[in-house]
Amino acid sequence: MAKHHVTATLNGSPVEFLCETQQTLLEVLRDELNLTGTKEGCATGDCGACSVTVGGRLVCSCLVLGAEVEGKRIETIEGMASGTELHPLQQKFLEHAALQCGICTPGMLIAARSLLERKPDPTEEEVRYWLAGNLCRCTGYNKIVDAVLAAAGEMRRA
Amino acid sequence: MSAMRYERPGTLEAAVALLSGATGAARVLAGGTDLLVQMRTGRIEPQLLVDCKDIPEMTAIVADDGGFRFGAATPCMALVEHEAFTKACPGVIDGVKLIGSIQVKGRASVGGNVCNASPAADSVPALIAAGAVATIIGPGGRRETRVENIATGPGKTSLARDEILVSLLVPRKPPHSADAYLRFTPRTEMDIAVVSAGVNLTLDRDGVCRKARVSLGAVAERALLVSEAGAALIGTTVDEAALEKLAAAAAAACKPIDDKRGTKAYRIKVAGVLARRAAQIALDRARKVN
Ligand SMILES: Cc1cc2nc3c(=O)[nH]c(=O)nc-3n(C[C@H](O)[C@H](O)[C@H](O)COP(=O)(O)OP(=O)(O)OC[C@H]3O[C@@H](n4cnc5c(N)ncnc54)[C@H](O)[C@@H]3O)c2cc1C
Ligand code: FES
Ligand code: FES
Repeated sequence: MAKHHVTATLNGSPVEFLCETQQTLLEVLRDELNLTGTKEGCATGDCGACSVTVGGRLVCSCLVLGAEVEGKRIETIEGMASGTELHPLQQKFLEHAALQCGICTPGMLIAARSLLERKPDPTEEEVRYWLAGNLCRCTGYNKIVDAVLAAAGEMRRA
Repeated sequence: MSAMRYERPGTLEAAVALLSGATGAARVLAGGTDLLVQMRTGRIEPQLLVDCKDIPEMTAIVADDGGFRFGAATPCMALVEHEAFTKACPGVIDGVKLIGSIQVKGRASVGGNVCNASPAADSVPALIAAGAVATIIGPGGRRETRVENIATGPGKTSLARDEILVSLLVPRKPPHSADAYLRFTPRTEMDIAVVSAGVNLTLDRDGVCRKARVSLGAVAERALLVSEAGAALIGTTVDEAALEKLAAAAAAACKPIDDKRGTKAYRIKVAGVLARRAAQIALDRARKVN
């Protein structure tokens, strides 16, 4: 069968790609569109390294088919900074040393941004609950939570 | 590589026609959080996927005579974020909130949770306790059935291969009614229920229980509606003695498995404890609503 021809909006720009039915959005992003910022940790929905938003909803791109995003709006880590200016979340992750190997970081950032869009002033508990689907093997989470809370504070003041 | 077809019909009729006409294995695709994992591990190899998320009725949440009807493919997060729904259906939301991470809930649907037919599915005992009614469509038209009639065993349902679960109706609750769902897992989050319990009860003006439905998950081949456990509360003020009877009836209904996550004896014991705790939460909530 012919491949699917999909058109969508990726980080604000139109994008087109061809994919097989079984190809996930994660595979399309990394292998067809060469956007390797989104990571694969497990490919089964458990780790959150592949987090992106589709139509404004936070999802695991390893559990979405490429064919399903026809006409949809997709946001990935590549769209987070404006040119060379980092997003406040990215800046605070650096300041708080909220990453070591960095594999979980793009997913953490996308998930955290999705939280702050809904809740600009989250409690620590709300941050921990929202990020429970993002696993990190390095940091022990505290620095990540601190960075998210600090970024939330800065974004509220801005 | 086998060519797998993907279709995204805009109407229920078109979706049913696709399933009826399929020669090989065909599957409805909702959030894909079970299906895509099963495809990846090779457990199933469908030749046709029928994505139902473009069918408006399958993703709508609408107030219905004091209750709520929601499309079977509605993502769990849409239910969690729907204020009126969460207020009207607290027990169902208790269950829905437990379905994986925020990311998983961004895709996972209650229809998929029901049709995947895991005995530990978190929305199912809550729906059964709430008396939820499923609308199903097939080549012969629509039919309705209670949620407890859908799963028949692990991974098996009473739906024909060309039937689709369209929507679920959580009926209006009488005054002084509320529900609750609890699960027990070895970890606090992101785990599969070892035992779970849903309780829905109605009090009269004097605080006497007039109706009660109790459902248990993960203690048998499918979620159970335990009428003896509900009966233990009816006619009582849900006092200590009634809760004791409820716990005993819940434990007696279990036919659990032994596995690394819990022995039979343990699951039976915990089922009674959880049913009791869920009843207490439902009672506290019922006393607060008028
Ligand atoms: C990391 C992770 C954690 C999870 N944690 C939990 C948890 O804590 N508790 C829990 O209960 N579940 C959990 N799940 C399982 C899963 O998310 C749920 O079962 C989910 O509700 C399935 O819904 P879906 O829309 O993704 O279904 P899909 O994967 O799209 O479908 C599941 C099955 O149901 C069929 N189906 C779907 N919709 C219909 C319909 N409308 N009519 C007929 N058939 C249909 C499909 O063909 C398929 O066989 C978890 C999954 C993951 C990946
Ligand atoms: S790679 Fe998608 S959740 Fe782990
Ligand atoms: S920084 Fe290594 S996994 Fe999080």
